[in-house]
Amino acid sequence: MVSDYEKTGVITLKDLEGKIPPPERFKKEPVAIVECTQEIPCDACIPACPRKLLSMKNIISVPSLDFDKCSGCAICVGKCPGLAIFIVDMCKAPKGKAWVTIPYEFLPVPEVGSIVRALNREGEDVGSAKVVKVARLSKEEKTALVTFEVDEKLAMEARALR
Amino acid sequence: MAVDLRIKEHPILEFKRGPKVKIYYGRKKIDAYEGETVGAALCAAGINVFTRSVKYHRPRGMFCAIGKCSSCMMRVDGVPNVMTCVTPVRDGMRVEPQNCFPSASHDLYSIIDRLGFKFPAGFYYRLITSPRSLSALYLKLIRPLTGMGKFPTANRGFKPMTKSEQRETEVAVVGAGPAGLSAAIHAARLGCRVTLIDENHRLGGQLIKQTHMFFGSKEYFAGVRGIRISEKLAEEVKQHENIEALLNTSVVGLYEENVLGIVQGNKFATMRAKKVIVSTGAYEKTLLFNDNDLPGVMGAGGVQTLMNVFGIKPGNEALMVGAGNVGLIISYQLLQAGVKVKGIVEAVPRIGGYFVHAAKIRRMGVPIYVSHTIKRTWGRRRVEGATIVQLDDRWKEVEGTEKDIKCDLICISVGLKPTYEFLYQAGCKMKFISELGGHVPLRTKNMETSVKGVYIPGDTGGIEEADTAMVGGKIAGISAALSLGYGDKEAEEFREKAIMELEDLRSGPTSARIRSGIEKALIEEG
Ligand SMILES: Cc1cc2nc3c(=O)[nH]c(=O)nc-3n(C[C@H](O)[C@H](O)[C@H](O)COP(=O)(O)OP(=O)(O)OC[C@H]3O[C@@H](n4cnc5c(N)ncnc54)[C@H](O)[C@@H]3O)c2cc1C
Ligand code: SF4
Ligand code: SF4
Ligand code: FES
Repeated sequence: MVSDYEKTGVITLKDLEGKIPPPERFKKEPVAIVECTQEIPCDACIPACPRKLLSMKNIISVPSLDFDKCSGCAICVGKCPGLAIFIVDMCKAPKGKAWVTIPYEFLPVPEVGSIVRALNREGEDVGSAKVVKVARLSKEEKTALVTFEVDEKLAMEARALR
Repeated sequence: MAVDLRIKEHPILEFKRGPKVKIYYGRKKIDAYEGETVGAALCAAGINVFTRSVKYHRPRGMFCAIGKCSSCMMRVDGVPNVMTCVTPVRDGMRVEPQNCFPSASHDLYSIIDRLGFKFPAGFYYRLITSPRSLSALYLKLIRPLTGMGKFPTANRGFKPMTKSEQRETEVAVVGAGPAGLSAAIHAARLGCRVTLIDENHRLGGQLIKQTHMFFGSKEYFAGVRGIRISEKLAEEVKQHENIEALLNTSVVGLYEENVLGIVQGNKFATMRAKKVIVSTGAYEKTLLFNDNDLPGVMGAGGVQTLMNVFGIKPGNEALMVGAGNVGLIISYQLLQAGVKVKGIVEAVPRIGGYFVHAAKIRRMGVPIYVSHTIKRTWGRRRVEGATIVQLDDRWKEVEGTEKDIKCDLICISVGLKPTYEFLYQAGCKMKFISELGGHVPLRTKNMETSVKGVYIPGDTGGIEEADTAMVGGKIAGISAALSLGYGDKEAEEFREKAIMELEDLRSGPTSARIRSGIEKALIEEG
């Protein structure tokens, strides 16, 4: 059967059931959200996690994350060729806000402190966001890991910026 | 100020340009950089119409960018019909349009295109045959307007082709993409003398255009960008003393007893090889729609060559045709190069490529129109827009669903088909297998075709991916070496392991078609 997201290119929270940790988990530590639900021949994320928390049966299965132990370190975010892993952090962000980390490969890379627009999975503007961190896994790595602060209700919606 | 469409800053790539030189397009002086091709330099200067077509004098510009389509043929230093997309610039070079008057962008003869109802064959030397008494006069007038270009005037750049001696090698590998590089490395590691031949100026095949991190298995560079993978493989090839790499060298034929015809500049040579590995990859398919020959309509590979190899912005607003992985990935690369992507049209009711690649561009606001196709494009000297239309479940256009999209670039990415010419010529048993992309040779598990000593790893045997190409290359390289008496039991086991690996890579639901295709193409050993 063809899922809806295979026609639209947009995944819904319903498709992500089981990939999103329970609400209590978000209160403890930041966590990775792995938005990869289609069986494709890829396993680049598996060796990326230093704690070995990502696993799959064979190269074509969908990765699964043991979220309890995930620290939200974002190493896997920069290693996924599908750019399908995001970090949601509800601990360090001020009350009512959430931090979302996305892989970003465009220019200019936004500066810390700047105000940008948060986009949802369809590219729609869903509100303003403040850039709180910009990191790279290593010097050679071109993919920037951009963390921005949005309203808590956008934590599972905001997935890009402009 | 002169137009310069070169990309100065790119999120992933750095463009190292050579020293600045000047070339002339007609009377116009154009800046170029050593290492660029004439075609690339013209595109960078914002020149859309390079030349005119022979019969209807329709505008012609860059299309494939790799010397395969002849859309870019111009007169260079007095020599007609030079493929400018693969001709490197030289200081002071003179390039001129052909088949036009007074210039390519304003060609008076293009009137013939609009008189198509009257002269369906365009300018043609027998255009007017009656009254008989006048036909000799007509002929005299028409003759200069026909034909492709004019004879060479200056012999500055023109040298006739010469033939050189026959060369010998143990294993000839034709095509230095991931399949060829891997085949060369594995055959050389076992002790074979290998000659690796590619018509491009760089080793790496498709990989040199891929800025994105690759999919696939961790054993085969998953998560590494395509360009870096090719650098790594090329490094190993260069260090291997058993491998001789011939770049800018085309193979033009595969004759009896494994004799290759090769062309290097204006030298023709033959090469006798004990084993031949053909890893020439694939061609792009094209698509039929009104005015699909306007400058600004480009093949996906051409767009990538311009923007990722030469660092030139291929347009400002693009429409992508095809939502397979290639279309999705190039759309993303266009965004990275600062091009606005207005949408992706896909005839099939679902996105053909992987969801994660689609998601990347959807969240940047690029719409994907499934069950849609491109109906026509318009524009005078370059694409100015396109009309797309919805298709019903029987592939018929749905009336009233036409939508106009303003754009100056239409990128066609509707699939690839394996290159098969030499293999036919060599007498390999071929079969049309749509799951593999077109005509492919039958082959054994060891990648050997029905002609002994000819192997076909990579996209030549069926359109797949870089990791399957590398594993295929490994199998072919080891097989060639084993059959020449190199290697031992261990090498054989290594090959068996690679064959299993290939099966693993093809085990997912997205590879179902490939599996069924390979089954149809498999023959027994011996
Ligand atoms: C946009 C795009 C994105 C892709 N993304 C991925 C990805 O993420 N992951 C993945 O695994 N795969 C990806 N692929 C697929 C992958 O690039 C190809 O499957 C792979 O490159 C095939 O390798 P190959 O060695 O068979 O052929 P190629 O890489 O096509 O190499 C063929 C070589 O042969 C040379 N050649 C051809 N004819 C001649 C001749 N007559 N004489 C001399 N030389 C000749 C060519 O110059 C070329 O260098 C992508 C492909 C494209 C187009
Ligand atoms: S965020 Fe860090 S700990 Fe969590 S899965 Fe990714 S790499 Fe592992
Ligand atoms: S690396 Fe990314 S795309 Fe590949 S399996 Fe892991 S999450 Fe999916
Ligand atoms: S041959 Fe030059 S653009 Fe195709």
